[in-house]
Order: sequence, then C-alpha cells, then structure tokens
Amino acid sequence: MDHTDLFGESLTVARTLIAAAVILLTILAARATEPLEFKIGYLRTEKPRAAISLVQVPAENNGLAGAQAAINDNNTTGKFLDQHFTLDEVKLKDGEDPAAAASGLADRGASIVLADLPADALLRAADAGRAHGQVFFNVGAPDERLRENDCRANVIHTAPSRAMLADALAQYLAWKQWRRWFLVVGSHEPDKLYADALRHAATRFGAKIVGEKVFEDTGGSRRSDTGVVQVQRQIPVFTQQLPAYDVLVAADESEVFAGYLPYRTWDPRPVAGSAGLVPTSWDASNDQWGATQMQDRFIREFKRPMTALDMQAWTAVRMIGESAAHKRVNDPKALLDFMKSPDFALAAFKGQKLTLRDWNLQLRQPILLTDGRTIVSVSPQEGFMHQFSELDTLGYDRSESKCKL
Amino acid sequence: MQAVVSAVLGVAIVAGLSVPAHSYTAYISNEKGNTITVVDTDKLQAVRTIKVGQRPRGIELTKDGNYVLVAVGDDDTIQMVDTKSGEVVSTLPSGPDPELFTQDPAGNLLYVANENDNTVTIIDLQKRARVGEVQVGVEPEGMGISPDGKTLVATSETTNMAHFIDLDTRKIVANVLVDARPRFAAFKPDGSELWVSSEVGGTVSIIDPHSHQVIKKITFAIPGLRSEAIQPVGISITRDGKTAFVALGPANRVAVVDTGTHEVTKYLLVGQRVWHTAFTPDERYLLTTNGVSNDISVIDVGSLKVIKSIQVGELPWGVTISQK
Repeated sequence: MDHTDLFGESLTVARTLIAAAVILLTILAARATEPLEFKIGYLRTEKPRAAISLVQVPAENNGLAGAQAAINDNNTTGKFLDQHFTLDEVKLKDGEDPAAAASGLADRGASIVLADLPADALLRAADAGRAHGQVFFNVGAPDERLRENDCRANVIHTAPSRAMLADALAQYLAWKQWRRWFLVVGSHEPDKLYADALRHAATRFGAKIVGEKVFEDTGGSRRSDTGVVQVQRQIPVFTQQLPAYDVLVAADESEVFAGYLPYRTWDPRPVAGSAGLVPTSWDASNDQWGATQMQDRFIREFKRPMTALDMQAWTAVRMIGESAAHKRVNDPKALLDFMKSPDFALAAFKGQKLTLRDWNLQLRQPILLTDGRTIVSVSPQEGFMHQFSELDTLGYDRSESKCKL
Repeated sequence: MQAVVSAVLGVAIVAGLSVPAHSYTAYISNEKGNTITVVDTDKLQAVRTIKVGQRPRGIELTKDGNYVLVAVGDDDTIQMVDTKSGEVVSTLPSGPDPELFTQDPAGNLLYVANENDNTVTIIDLQKRARVGEVQVGVEPEGMGISPDGKTLVATSETTNMAHFIDLDTRKIVANVLVDARPRFAAFKPDGSELWVSSEVGGTVSIIDPHSHQVIKKITFAIPGLRSEAIQPVGISITRDGKTAFVALGPANRVAVVDTGTHEVTKYLLVGQRVWHTAFTPDERYLLTTNGVSNDISVIDVGSLKVIKSIQVGELPWGVTISQK
C-alpha cells in the first residue's frame, strides 16, 4: 500500500464519518423539535345526567375533565422529557358500535383508550381493540364481572369495583360497631349488583343484615315544583316497623331514592351506601395528602368540583404518564408491563402508593368515606390485616379471584 | 452564709454533672394549631407559643438569627417572626401556597416552592421583594441548595423529578426522575451527593450532582410494618457527612443511614407521623416533628437513642434551631 492509497482511504473514512455525523445531528435535531407523542383515546356514551341532589348532577365533561387535567400534568412533566400527550374523545350515540369506535381510535393512533362505558360495551371495545394491540382503562364501570369471569388482559381498572366500595364501608361500620344493617335495594340491575356486594361485605366483616326491602322505581322526575312534600311522608312510612337496626344501608346507583333517606327514616338512624356515608374513590372535599393542590388546579381550570369519575380518569392518564416517563416509549405493551411490575407506584393524593393487582389489573386504592361535606374516614380501617397489602382487604383477593388473564 | 455558699456550690455541681448542652432555641411549626412552639434545647421543654398565620409548615431562621421565616400556606405568604420579641413583624411576597423554602448560603435570597402554580419564587430578603421565578414540574416542594450556593434543586411531587437549577442563569440544567412524590432534597455537606426522599415511592434516591445520575436508591424494611406505611420525608445529614437521618412518616421511625455504604444501620422509634428533623448546632440532639402525636422526639445523636418526647402544638410539621 503506498501513501496515496493510504491518503485516499483516510479521506473515505473521514467522509463516511462526516456523513454519519450529519445524519446523527439531523436525528438529534429532529428529536429536539419533535417530542414523543402519546395520543390517548377517551370513549364514552351519552348518559342521562340525573341525580337527586341538584349539586350532584354530573357535568357534561364529567370524567373527561379529569383526563384533561392529567394530560396537562403529563405535559408539564413531558416538557422535561420531550414527551407530549393529547386526548382524542369519542362520544357514542345510542346504538353506535363501541367496537368500531375502538378501531377508529386505533386508526388515528390512539393505542391506549380510556373507556367510560357500561360493562358489555366496554368488553366489545376491548375485544376489538386487542387486534390493534390497544390497552384500555376502565374508568367508569364498577362491575365485579369485569374483574372476575369477564376480565381481560388488556383492560386496567382505575374505577374501584362494587366489592371494594362495599368492603370499605363495611370495615368502617364494623369499627363503629354498627353491626345490624337494614338493606334497601333499588329495582334496577346496578342497584341489585351493589346490594350483592354489600351482602358479601356484611358477611366478610361480621355485620348482620336484619332485613331487606326493595324500593320500586315508579318512574318520574327527580325534581318538581311541588317539591318534597310527598317524600317527607313517603320515606317514614317506607321505613316504618322495621326490625331493630343500627344503620340503614341503601343500594341505589340509579339515584332514585337513597338521597331522600337521611333525616326522614321512621327510626332515628344513620344512612350509608348510596346516600349518607358514601364510599367513593374521590370527593371534592378531600384535602388530605396534598389533595388541596389537585382540587385547586381542577377548579381553576374547569370551574367545578372534581368528581370520582374525574379522579378515576385522572389516575388512568397519570399512570400512562408515569410509565411513559420511566420507559420512554409509546408502546402500550411495554407500559402495561411496567404498570404490573413492582417498580410501579402512583401518587394520587390518597396517602399511600397505588399499585396494580397483577391477577386482574385492578388498581389498589384506599376508599374515601364521605358525607358530601367532609371526609369522614378512609378505608382500609386500622386492624384489618393482610399478609401482602392492607389495600387487598378491599374487594376480591388473589385467592378468591376467578380471573384468568 | 456558709450554708448559702454550699447550696450554690451544690447546684453548680449538680448542673455540672448533667453536662449542660449549649442552650439553643428550637422553633416548631404546628400545621393545625397555627402556632410556633419555642423549645429550649437545654431544658428540653417548651417555653413559649407564638401565634402565626394559617397552616404554618416550612420554617427556617435567617442566617443572622434575627428572624424565623415560616411559610403559612393558607395565607399565601411567608411571615417573619422577630426572634427577640416573638412577634410577626413582616411578610414576604412568596406567591401562592408556599410550603418549603431554602436560603442561599449568604442569607440574601430565599427560594420558595409554590405548589399551586408549578414555580419556584425567588425573594430578596433585604428588600423583601420578589426578584424572579423559575418554572418547574407539577407541585414543587423539596428545596435544596448546594453548599457552594451555585445549584438549587427543586423536587416536584406529581412530576416526580429533581430539577437542578443553575443559580447564575436561573435556568434548569437537568431533570432527574425519582420515585413517586419527592418531598425533600438535601445535599451532603461536601456537595458530593444529593439525597431526595420519595414519600409515596418509599425510597431515598442518591444523585450524583455532576453526572445527574441516580447512583443508589435506599429502601427501607421494618418487620411487621406494611411497605405503604414507610414514607420518607425529612432528611438530616451530620456535618462530617457520615450519618444521615431519614424521617419515615407514618412508619413512626427515623432511619439511621451510613452514608458510606448507603445502608440503614438502625431504626429509631419516635412519635407518630414523623415529618421533619433538625440537629442542634453541636449535633448533640436531633429533634423530630411528629404530626399525629403532637410532640417532638429528642434523639441523642451520640448514643442513637430517643431520650425524650416534648409536647408541642397541634400537628407539628417543621423545625429549625438557632445557632446560638
């Protein structure tokens, strides 16, 4: 090899190096200007917005606003990580196919979808989405079957199940030693399912249901110009001549009667369940564990208090943000694997870390007990022990679960 | 006369036997009581209560020892309490909902975490005026300043990062991801390590301030205690840099950590829901504020034993101790 050749070879090497450097710089420049995008779908239905209490009528953006608040939080963090999050909302009209909507979201690049859907619609969407590799967050449906026989490997639940809510209430009533419950159940299917969870909780935590009554929904509006004259007479009569009880427990997810029970029962007794002392994932009055900041920025942005559904959606989007910050990829499977791992922990103003039950993808969480004005207590209650996590005293535990992922 | 002399001598001898610590003054902010409890660290007893604004938490003495600064979050300000008169004499424009703050080594500038609007506010202590701000992550809280005064670290509780801020340019130079809900940041006295506690994650991340890498995560395990109850918050490191004390919140314990091995050597049982800690200047005692039990625990640093609890106000949160 002579000198000329050597020189020529060095030149080639130098050229290659320069070219490589240019390509690398281009990539780096592109990375600096184009953050990693996460498009999150939000799938929901038109729902009747009925509530007995005027101050509890859900806003049109109930849930959606919680997701948006977390998108904002994720984007504040994303500024430091070159990540950007957006929401793609789809509102299903009556009769519209959730499966097609899920596929549509997949086509638009939403590989993770928050679903505020009834159980059947959620399963249709999730099963259609599986083909596209979509991961779903159930933010609204409390149905046990979604976590048990009908559980899915691509559906995470940030909404607490009915059993979790009922167990949280039962632990507190046990602590208060209000052991004799009288159960009033609404006539709609969700009310009956909630009543099942309450019966299960009573057995589990040593309460006795001394009697039950069904409150038939005869239809009609929640509000009238004539007012509550009839209610004032109707409820005492309905609760007359019951066996001796400590607390009236109501299962009324349909908002038909429970709100009328407090202060109107024949016997002077507290009310719990769907009215009175209510177990919930969130309440606008929660101000513990730094929650004031969350409440403040929510009200500032959306001009209304933050609901449980808002919090369940906020939590889902924050779980995505937290996993994205750690994994630095937009790959739903990688993010889901991280959420299931022991390295995952979410801070959500509940006084302790929230983690996922790996056997059915239900989020472990403390449950607040509220009277609508303040937080009366937070379950799990002291003394209800568990070998792994006291949060697993709420809802069906690993050994009881029928879920096969 | 002789009797009086003997009596005086006797008192002197008894006093001599108890080896009096230098008498310092500790100030404890009581979050719910809206007061500061003043504690004599020699007598180990509360000597005075000062009324302040609503929800006092972060508390520090000015470097000259003339004022106690206390963040009263629900009043959106920092109050200045004259240490001689015990009166609130002035307020600082801290921005909304101040919680924790730190001073530069010279004591001229105050850096305040404003949880509600994702900023760090910079205040000139002489002028008592706001002179700048830095945007950080969601809900900034922990504030640590490097011993050379060049770098400020703010931790953001929902973003879960330690933001390194260059104090010349007031720009963020690095963001280090840590575990959930980072609440406190402390540099080792020689500046070689930054310690960040993650309350919900249950860990302390040790960060190399030069490479901005997490070099070690300290975890805590206490037999019979569920992991969710272990929530590290306040950190104090001895001047020689050898021993760190980490308050573990509802675990009701302070962990003693060997800073060489980064291993926990002992857990000390203190009051309920321990938040923050401070050494007396002679490092004879470490005081801990115990939020739920309304008291402070006194740890004898030499023997690593909890020697006393002192009742203070309602829901004690922060603590600072005079240098004299």
